[in-house]
Amino acid sequence: MTRQLASTSPASPPDQSGPPGKHQTRRWSGRARRDFFVFLALALPNLILIAVFTYRPLISNIYYSTLDWTLGSASATVVGIDNYVTFFTSDDAPKVLGTTAVFTLVTVGGSMLLGLVIALALNSKVRGTTFARSAVFAPYVLSGVGVGLVWLFIFDPGYGVLAWILRGIGQQSPQWINDPQLSLVMVILVYVWKNLGYCAVVYLAGLQSLPQDVMEAASLDGANGFRRFLSMSIPLLSPTTFFLLITTMLSSLQAFDLIRIMTPLGTGTSTLIYEAYLQAFGAFNRAGYSAAISVVLFAILLVITVLQLRFVERKVHYS
Amino acid sequence: MTSLSPVNPDPTAPPVAPSETFIPRDRPFSARNLIQTIAGGYVPLLLATLVVFLPLLWMILSSFKLPGEIITMDLKILPASLNPENYNIAMTTVPFAQFFINSTIVTVVGSTIKVLLAILTAYALVFVRFPFRNAIFILILVALMVPPQVSILPNYILIAGLGGKNTLWGIILPGLGTAFGTFLLRQHFLTLPASILESAEIDGAGHWRRLWQIVVPVSIPSIATVALVTVVSEWNEYIWPLIITDRPETMTLPVGLTLLQNSESNASGWGILMAGAVLVIVPILVVFAALQRYIVAGLTQGSVTG
Repeated sequence: MTRQLASTSPASPPDQSGPPGKHQTRRWSGRARRDFFVFLALALPNLILIAVFTYRPLISNIYYSTLDWTLGSASATVVGIDNYVTFFTSDDAPKVLGTTAVFTLVTVGGSMLLGLVIALALNSKVRGTTFARSAVFAPYVLSGVGVGLVWLFIFDPGYGVLAWILRGIGQQSPQWINDPQLSLVMVILVYVWKNLGYCAVVYLAGLQSLPQDVMEAASLDGANGFRRFLSMSIPLLSPTTFFLLITTMLSSLQAFDLIRIMTPLGTGTSTLIYEAYLQAFGAFNRAGYSAAISVVLFAILLVITVLQLRFVERKVHYS
Repeated sequence: MTSLSPVNPDPTAPPVAPSETFIPRDRPFSARNLIQTIAGGYVPLLLATLVVFLPLLWMILSSFKLPGEIITMDLKILPASLNPENYNIAMTTVPFAQFFINSTIVTVVGSTIKVLLAILTAYALVFVRFPFRNAIFILILVALMVPPQVSILPNYILIAGLGGKNTLWGIILPGLGTAFGTFLLRQHFLTLPASILESAEIDGAGHWRRLWQIVVPVSIPSIATVALVTVVSEWNEYIWPLIITDRPETMTLPVGLTLLQNSESNASGWGILMAGAVLVIVPILVVFAALQRYIVAGLTQGSVTG
């Protein structure tokens, strides 16, 4: 960045004598002042939008979370941390946090593991890998609403294709929709289906950037394919794995579309984000309580994000 | 990303050894080698591709099936005919044409503004001197990681208060600030050689001319990537339009599909719902098929770096 900075502004003299303070000095030069306003003209609309619709809600949520407030009502009572106390002492916390944990861990583990397997297959020299790579990635870009409906039909215990297959081998279809635990299994399966292509493509990029000389040396030393994979590829892929762990965890914690379409009532599938939605926009309109859940979710996301920021920083230094 | 390095050992198949090595290896077409290639290469690929395509194929086939072909124990794979009846019902039960128009407006207007804002902000961050430039960049980087889902309640209260409920601007406005596009384009602009801009500056070109006559033309692939990723996510956007609209006139396709789901809740409605799903999924599938290289690169690269 310093390169561009210096080259695009040869006219502005660096800290000359004069009033103390760097910014002060720079602003005196006409060119720097012009740049100051050019910058604002170019960047300000976007920055204002981000401030109003991304940063402001974080603060508003904290404020709303201290209120006993029905959405749409003109009056609200300040209740301090009561909403948090209610959440953590009622049945909600173990239920919602438990569902969130199961959903997140299984979807993250599942899509990363299957993604790695598919990446290994894609990393072969056979023809058609480019097509297959796009194919497995496709569900990732499709509407969660559309995808959720398609799978809901496949899982339909009466007339779904899965029930039909199960009947063929003499089995009854499980009650995917009515059983809360099976609902969670169903949503997890579809979520993994939709997202594993992302993991596969990222892992494939990781595999293709493995240092070839090291891998060759290992094979010359007589390490077979599996051995090479286990003791060379896996450790060398650890930055990719860590990166995927963070990004897929973040997106799993935000999963909404599939849960909304496949289990609108959230029975057995209400994760933090879905519970926040249900509380505010479902039957109860408990805005303050919903905001408190959003704050809890945000706190979790923040911890993960800090981890990621540190990771990105490290990555920058290495490459 | 697809570019293979000259030697690319495949863990599942015998390595293609460079000529100077002396690993004993099978002849290219020996039976063992062929079987290994098929088992290690094609079978997993075929399996993965089928797992993706069969549900989508099932969606398309079912969208042509009449209720009698769906509510049956004797399942037929293919529909009896390519009867567009389900599409007709779907489009008359709920105003699908209106949803389509709304989705198109939201996607086109939203994406255009977002890409424009991303270009302007990224240019400012890279090429215009400003005292707090790095601090601003970090704020954008952090915004990239704030999930829109935790903002829906405050944004709902703000937009509904401004009278934006059941309006297209109410759907578009909160998503306009773009951290993702800004970030991606900034990273790209940083790689541009300073010399071309220097010579333009010596020729007396101001920032505006440098932006549109030099920086934008040489960055078309990156801008296209950002644009495509933006288009895809605007089209699929669900939670915000779901909350801010409750009247069909302003619903987008995914929200409209939910409306259709509510009105076709018994088993005979599956064919109609599949027709609705086709109408939502196929446009993006076509765009993806045509431009997948940019989309895959944008989505994975965007997340790799932030």
